[in-house]
Amino acid sequence: MPEIRVGVYICHCGSNIADKVKVAEVCDFAATLPGVAVARDYQYMCADPGQELIRRDIQERGVNRVVVASCSPRMHEPTFRKVLESVGLNGYYFEMANIREHVSWVTEDPVAATRKAKALVAGAVGRVELHEPLEERYTVMNKTTLVVGGGIAGIEAALKIAASGNSVWLVEKEPSIGGNMAKLDKTFPTLDCSACILTPKMVSVAQSENIKLLTYAEVVKVDGCVGNFQVTIKKKARSVDLAKCTGCGICTSKCVVKVPSEFDGGLAMRKAIYTPFPQAVPNKPAIDREHCRQFVVGKCGVCQKLCPAGAVDYDQVDEDVTETFGAIIVATGYQQMDPSVGPQWGYGRHENVLTALQFERLVNASGPTGGKVKMKNGETPKAIAILHCVGSRDVNYHESCSRFCCMYGLKLAHLAKEKMGGEVYNFYIDLRCFGKGYEEFYNRVLDEGVHFIRGKGAEVITDRDGRLAVRVEDTLLGRWREVPVDMAVLSAAAEPRADAERVAQVLGIQRSRDGFFLEAHPKLEPLKTATDGVFIAGCCQGPKDIPDSVAQGAGAAAEALSLVTAGKVKISPVIAGVNEERCSGCKVCVPLCPYTAIAYDEEKKICRVNEAVCKGCGTCVASCPSGALSVKHFTNQQIFRQIEEVAAV
Amino acid sequence: MRYAYYPGCSLKSSAYDYERSTRAICPELGVELEEIHDWNCCGATAIPSVDPTASAVLAARNLALAEATDVNGAEAVTVAAACSSCYAMLTRALNYYREDPAMRGLIGQALAAGGRTLAGTVKVKHLLEIIVNDVGLEAVKALVRKPLSGLKVAPYYGCLIVRPKGAFDDAEQPMALDRLLAVLGAQVVPFERKTKCCGGALMTTKEKSALRLNEDLLHEASSKGADVIAVVCPMCQMNLDAYQSNVNTAYGTHYRMPVMYFTQLMGLAFGLNERRLAVGKGTVSHAAVLKRMGV
Amino acid sequence: MSGAEFEPRIIGFLCNWCSYAGADLAGVSRLKYPANIRIIRVMCSGRVEPAFVLKAFAEGADGVLISGCHPGDCHYLEGNHKAAARARMMERLLAQFGVEPQRFRLAWASANEGEKFAGIVKEMVEAIRPLGPFRRPFARMDDLARLETEARKDAEPAAGGETGA
Repeated sequence: MPEIRVGVYICHCGSNIADKVKVAEVCDFAATLPGVAVARDYQYMCADPGQELIRRDIQERGVNRVVVASCSPRMHEPTFRKVLESVGLNGYYFEMANIREHVSWVTEDPVAATRKAKALVAGAVGRVELHEPLEERYTVMNKTTLVVGGGIAGIEAALKIAASGNSVWLVEKEPSIGGNMAKLDKTFPTLDCSACILTPKMVSVAQSENIKLLTYAEVVKVDGCVGNFQVTIKKKARSVDLAKCTGCGICTSKCVVKVPSEFDGGLAMRKAIYTPFPQAVPNKPAIDREHCRQFVVGKCGVCQKLCPAGAVDYDQVDEDVTETFGAIIVATGYQQMDPSVGPQWGYGRHENVLTALQFERLVNASGPTGGKVKMKNGETPKAIAILHCVGSRDVNYHESCSRFCCMYGLKLAHLAKEKMGGEVYNFYIDLRCFGKGYEEFYNRVLDEGVHFIRGKGAEVITDRDGRLAVRVEDTLLGRWREVPVDMAVLSAAAEPRADAERVAQVLGIQRSRDGFFLEAHPKLEPLKTATDGVFIAGCCQGPKDIPDSVAQGAGAAAEALSLVTAGKVKISPVIAGVNEERCSGCKVCVPLCPYTAIAYDEEKKICRVNEAVCKGCGTCVASCPSGALSVKHFTNQQIFRQIEEVAAV
Repeated sequence: MRYAYYPGCSLKSSAYDYERSTRAICPELGVELEEIHDWNCCGATAIPSVDPTASAVLAARNLALAEATDVNGAEAVTVAAACSSCYAMLTRALNYYREDPAMRGLIGQALAAGGRTLAGTVKVKHLLEIIVNDVGLEAVKALVRKPLSGLKVAPYYGCLIVRPKGAFDDAEQPMALDRLLAVLGAQVVPFERKTKCCGGALMTTKEKSALRLNEDLLHEASSKGADVIAVVCPMCQMNLDAYQSNVNTAYGTHYRMPVMYFTQLMGLAFGLNERRLAVGKGTVSHAAVLKRMGV
Repeated sequence: MSGAEFEPRIIGFLCNWCSYAGADLAGVSRLKYPANIRIIRVMCSGRVEPAFVLKAFAEGADGVLISGCHPGDCHYLEGNHKAAARARMMERLLAQFGVEPQRFRLAWASANEGEKFAGIVKEMVEAIRPLGPFRRPFARMDDLARLETEARKDAEPAAGGETGA
């Protein structure tokens, strides 16, 4: 092994460091440290002349290890590694001493600052001698992206990827894409029709050559890692051959079984062979086998007999499809809380208490009443209550704010007022009108004569006359009130979907305390997850309105594209490994790994680290009783040496 | 099933009909009640607001005595309380003792002064909970000989039985009594104000407010066609029953709404003699109920 | 100056993602805190072995800090939970060695808690200063020999006074 020759470079950072740390003194000190061949100080090490100093010393003076004492490695470590690599030295023969953020900027006394800087430099010099050359690793990227969930966020992500010329699969659990947005009537604050702006996008999905659309399908298994996810998708038996079906609708019109329509929130009936809504994509039916007479009783066959295309196929079975993807975008959305969990709101007990999504259907021209606001008895209500924060901002249900209810509460108030006249009451804790044009919309609704009562609707009961009444503590009047109405609309909390836990497990992503999927960083990595190559968009991460969901869908597409178009994916060389001779196979490390990267080899009776999955945290290393595990670049020897050196000054 | 029975002051005086009917039905259900020896006040009424510690200590002494009750070698003693107020006070004291170290210290000290200790292993249940959950509705159903067919009953729980939250039923819209009455064959009317305050505690200090609350309940029950209100608490019974004439005077109403303990209705359904159940003791006559049942 | 006052030497193991970034933020925010800490970067607080802590004390540190992401925020999902479990074990172990509890601390500091990080260092320095330098009861051979003699001396009267029943 050649002699170790360390080059030490102390940066002034203009006056940022030099004003507090006596740079020359640190430099002289560094020169006395064992192994140091060159020690210099310079104005700006990160600038070109500074970098050039290092290059020259490596080439001309045989420097083969480099220490730069300047700012935080979180800032310039990659810069200096590139300098080393540019002259053929491995980038990991480098160490930084952080004498700006951790010394000059936080210390009053120059003497103390100088001493601390010396200690950190000593630590870095001691450590760098033990560094090993590490190679960046790459794996080949599969070019296809998988988007899970066909709501507006997933649709947007798929369209953006398709537009770039890359291929993408869109998997949707329901018979049609569209998600919750398809159920909405108008959208706040501009009041444009939800279907009118959504359906063109849905049609584009169906028409795009780069999008493979799988509806009535679910992701059931994901193996592998970034660049090469092997995904198994279960295509549920639709009982209709999509290739043959022309979408003529004869089957649906002749079907004799009626089932409450999920799309209409149970306010209308659908058939057992059905398309969820008129603009569905694909606009072809599926058979609901739980209710279809052919499957329940074993005889009927009407739709099959009448289908002119011969597309109805009772013998279809669930089918697993396996495909490899480079990246995955999860956009599985949210669900509205079932407000019957809180009997005080009267949902399920009083027939004219509706959820907000049900009311959306009621005011929608293609809804069960043709857009007329009607009570169960067919009469038009004279007064409507809209209760905000039903199950949101409430520690008994969901502590968090559902974010878009304030605005749709205002929108529904406007629509109710417009369609039926009468009185409309909003019961609210606070009104959070945070978006562009939102506050203006609130003012508009105020001017329309909608009532706002500041107080959380505590109960919906029938009053002495048998009419519905909302009981509330009006916190502006400081009084308890009972407000009689004919219909109550509950802005029930947006909550994680019932299958969120299963989806998280299948995809290997985390959930935050509220149950929604967890992003890699709350500010700077809102679309990434802790699992490389898996991104999240839209309401599966937390409640979002339409513009935010669209932005996230597009953003996630950019994230995925930046990966798949690179062709290869870089993996940090800082990973753990097992010294097979030392490993006793005790398996202490196996359950500690959050990524299940460690597996026990039954044949050799030892544990092994899967290098493709390991992230290099080193938790396993710290647990290994026989010292068989180690993590590159943070070995015990390196850290012990660093401890010795920093403690000695 | 053997329980340490805590009757409380009401059941030994104004609510003796509650105790009589309880004593009558429990043997039928296989429920043995061993009255706690030397029990004292549960610490309710004004005491908690004047001296919360004293209130908790009073309740805790009963729990300490209960732990010494012979329950045929069952691993833990369960206290049966029929009065909702007693039930709430005993539960609260037990929660304090288990969860608040400071209160635990104070209670322990006070009990020690009287030579007693509380292990905290005891459980507290309301009679309704015991019947619905421990005995079970299937067993109750098997005992019904004279179903309450055609009798419209408003199930009234009052404010205490489902508090603190997390008790044996939903705090806002409990269903245990509804289900029990249905098993007895009664027609249970949906009673929305089933947990709303009856005004009991306010009747002597804020009569106007108390009568208002009282009338709300009587109004809903009668407007829904109830023949009788079933109650689980002696305070509710007294308030709704004995003050009904005051309500009628104050509001110009003409309520004649019988207010009976659920135990009395159970006894009637079991075919027990109404005298054993002290039926007819109420201020508002129970005759209409008996007539409807053909007794 | 402060020459008379004892300046404890503290070694801090900071995770790369939260606490090291938090210490960077303290710098960027120009928060002043005592220069007594020497920071060693690790990728995760879960990487910190008990041996690192013992090594630090053996090498002359007067205090050791481990700092990582708040529970639930760990970049590696749950390494900080492992660190917390080990820290509880370390506290017991260090107590057996006669290390005062003030000398060892596990503290959570996120990337946006520069102020908190500066506060932690201040608190530790203030807590350790009155204790004086750490006596290193282990690891140095000369110390071991001394301790052994002392222990033998300590054991003598006890052996005569209290024998088990």
